[in-house]
Amino acid sequence: MKTEELVSLLATGAEAVEVRMQRRRFVLALLAGTAAALGLTASWLGFRSNLPADFPQPLFWYKEVFCVGLSAAGAVAAFRLGRPGSRPGRSGIVVAALVCAMALLAALTLVTADADRRAVLLFGQTSKVCSIRIALVSTPVLVGLFAAMKALAPTRLRWAGAASGFAAGSIGALAYSLHCPELAAPFVVLWYGLGISIPTLLGVWMGPMLLRW
Amino acid sequence: MRLKGLFDGGLGGDAAAYHCFLKELSSHLRAFLRRRLAYLPDDIEDLVQELLLAIHNQRHTYDPALPLTPWVHAIARYKLVDFLRRRSRAEALTDPLGDDDSLFARSEAEAADARRDLARLLARLPDRQRLPIIHTKIEGLSVAQTAALTGMSASAIKVGVHRGLKALAAMIRNER
Repeated sequence: MKTEELVSLLATGAEAVEVRMQRRRFVLALLAGTAAALGLTASWLGFRSNLPADFPQPLFWYKEVFCVGLSAAGAVAAFRLGRPGSRPGRSGIVVAALVCAMALLAALTLVTADADRRAVLLFGQTSKVCSIRIALVSTPVLVGLFAAMKALAPTRLRWAGAASGFAAGSIGALAYSLHCPELAAPFVVLWYGLGISIPTLLGVWMGPMLLRW
Repeated sequence: MRLKGLFDGGLGGDAAAYHCFLKELSSHLRAFLRRRLAYLPDDIEDLVQELLLAIHNQRHTYDPALPLTPWVHAIARYKLVDFLRRRSRAEALTDPLGDDDSLFARSEAEAADARRDLARLLARLPDRQRLPIIHTKIEGLSVAQTAALTGMSASAIKVGVHRGLKALAAMIRNER
């Protein structure tokens, strides 16, 4: 087939394309994944019964804002990386700022605490299960985001996989935070960070394999 | 930019504008590839076709509020890198200095033809994808006429065209 023939083939009967559809579909995948992560947390681990007791505590809200901010920035970056020629923009700065702020808070907490309290602030009671549970809870989000990414056209596959994994991990962390009793900043930075980095690395690894087009 | 106007028209359903766009685009793509693949003149037309198909299949990922050039460029670069990677993998398996590299095998006229025949790949698609493409896109029938002819529903025909063209791109990708 000559190139001219291919051009007519592609153009003949070409109908209008709904360009806004892809954003809607991506948001839908994101919401479905979030709902699944929340459902998984609720049915597997259960939301903490004394959750409302944390509401007056600033530390609880720091943790929630941290997770929500990372989720939003990750999702925006993933969507942008799904379209050829778009750069992730400022979402990287948002992630860096949130992580720095949380790390700074953690450092201040550790420095000002008594020496014998530091291990508790860092390890809490649930450090052994926290990261792996975040990674597990984020699985449905990761699946959903990769499926949504397949409908787009990422040209930097490792980055697209990383951003999808990061967004999935952050949403998983957000869902898990409703079960998790820990509030200390050192704990959150270390174990939540580790939990989020598991799906992120998974995304880096799977991106080039699954997202080719 | 003129090309962007034509492409926006195409996205809005103006097939004539879209035809102009693809035609002009293919010259740009050919020049882009000739600059980068001067040592592989025989592969250029294949890649032009692969790129046209990719751009068509991914046109829903274009945001009309953004400039066109970075979008096309990112796709072209992605497919070029992918092509070179496939090629180096294939070359590792075969002798790169085989018989077909003889001095007089090439001429300018041949360089303008694609080596891969898309029509042959098209023939390998299943009926539910091949027939909609042949009737609506090669013979130029409407969706309704094709539906009457094949007994498929209108939506099945649209899906068939869409998936068929994607499957065609996948066949090209896995060829080497």
